[in-house]
Amino acid sequence: MTEPQLKPDAPAIVVQDLHKYFGDNEVLKGIDFHVDQGDVVCVIGPSGSGKSTLLRCVNLLEQPTSGKIFIEGAEVTDPDIDVDKVRSRIGMVFQQFNLFPHLTVLRNLTIAQQRVLKRGRDESAEVARRNLDKVGLADREDAYPAHLSGGQQQRVAIARALSMDPDMMLFDEPTSALDPELVGDVLGVMRDLAHEGMTMMVVTHEMGFAREVGDKLVFMDDGVIVEEGAPSDVLANPRHQRTQAFLSKVL
Amino acid sequence: MAMSPRKRAQVSRMAQYAVLLVLFVVLLAVADWTTLRQVFLDTGIMADMFPAVIATALKNTLLYTVAGFTFGLVLGLVLALMRLSSVGPYRWMATGFIEFFRGVPALVVFIALAYGVPLAFPGREIPGGIFGTVTVALGLVGGAYMAETIRAGIQAVPKGQMEAARSLGMPRSRAMRSIVVPQAFRIILPPLTNELILLTKDSSLVYVLGLGLSSYELTKFGRETMNQTNSLTPLVTVALCYLLITVPLSIVVRRMEARAERAG
Repeated sequence: MTEPQLKPDAPAIVVQDLHKYFGDNEVLKGIDFHVDQGDVVCVIGPSGSGKSTLLRCVNLLEQPTSGKIFIEGAEVTDPDIDVDKVRSRIGMVFQQFNLFPHLTVLRNLTIAQQRVLKRGRDESAEVARRNLDKVGLADREDAYPAHLSGGQQQRVAIARALSMDPDMMLFDEPTSALDPELVGDVLGVMRDLAHEGMTMMVVTHEMGFAREVGDKLVFMDDGVIVEEGAPSDVLANPRHQRTQAFLSKVL
Repeated sequence: MAMSPRKRAQVSRMAQYAVLLVLFVVLLAVADWTTLRQVFLDTGIMADMFPAVIATALKNTLLYTVAGFTFGLVLGLVLALMRLSSVGPYRWMATGFIEFFRGVPALVVFIALAYGVPLAFPGREIPGGIFGTVTVALGLVGGAYMAETIRAGIQAVPKGQMEAARSLGMPRSRAMRSIVVPQAFRIILPPLTNELILLTKDSSLVYVLGLGLSSYELTKFGRETMNQTNSLTPLVTVALCYLLITVPLSIVVRRMEARAERAG
């Protein structure tokens, strides 16, 4: 087991010739892709295009079949690397929130700080409260997840990831499971994060967010990256016919 | 004459009440109440059974059951994790163990431990004497059942819980301990309590070990007293004692389930 040598000046995420099979089904067909430090990269595409799988490969929730992935210059697809160490530097937000239902909001935010980062009880609670305040839920620390709305749960999930002081954040369709009127709060928190300079990779259907906040937009279809570029550019003048077809349906 | 569905349901309900009433009347007419009371509910015999029925028999039943359940719970958790292991031989061993001890009568396990162990390991014995042997026997049987329950509980925890814990940098074993297993136990609290009730009754099998007076549990105590009194009253008394254990357990489970529902 080797300690990953993370270099803050290296690109945040580099993906080289990534292939992923589920059985005989090839869902990623050779992806080359990178996210620079401080950038917000949005990944869009029809369902089944492989965009969530790509995101999940980045922190190895899915094991790539072949290809290489580097996080801040360290190759995480190296079988000898300490994956847990890398994961603790990458915040992840899920479509279904995945809060721990048997723990209070505060405990959701402190448990990994204490178990993984070895922070003390007071320090972890302080960090947790700071992040709860940031997402506008400072008054809900004693609640259980089931007593929160979907939008509140997702903001707690973001605060939970932030409490690990990650170098970057991955978002897997963070607003897709929310009622429409709750989407805005979550996007607002994500917008604030982006303005603070957080490196973010966001799989989303929110074109408005991608246009306004994104530094780069990636369009995926059928396991390949069809087109990428500045969001306003791609959205206004899609060059590829598949991009045009997709955007005409969602815009 | 055609009846409306509602009318038909009403008639059917009346008929059911009528059957019940007839049965009741017949029972009253046939029964010899004086004899029945003497045989089943002789208050004099009942009074004579106190306080030993509580101080010795009930206490021992509880002691055997709790010890066996605790041992079984630990064993069941280990077996469940083995069943879910990625290492083949662990899975096979756990499956074999579970199938064996679920398929064999608990009585056979008791006999094997009582007579087999001294033969197989001359000069050695299970530490703790009777108490130790009961603990192991009930634990082996209960553990095999609970293993399957615990495994089902672990698998009922959504996959996203493990993923969320891993994405926060927790190693697999830590995520299991802090996140998955606590949720699994909430899910399986009712079936586990059911197992506790079953073990309470299985603890009566301890009689095959050959007991001294101080080791009597409810069933043995009831049978011995019955032999001395020529009445079934002692059995009724110990039956009530069993209910004293099992009925509160059921109520506790129902409360826990209600609370879990509220917490969501």
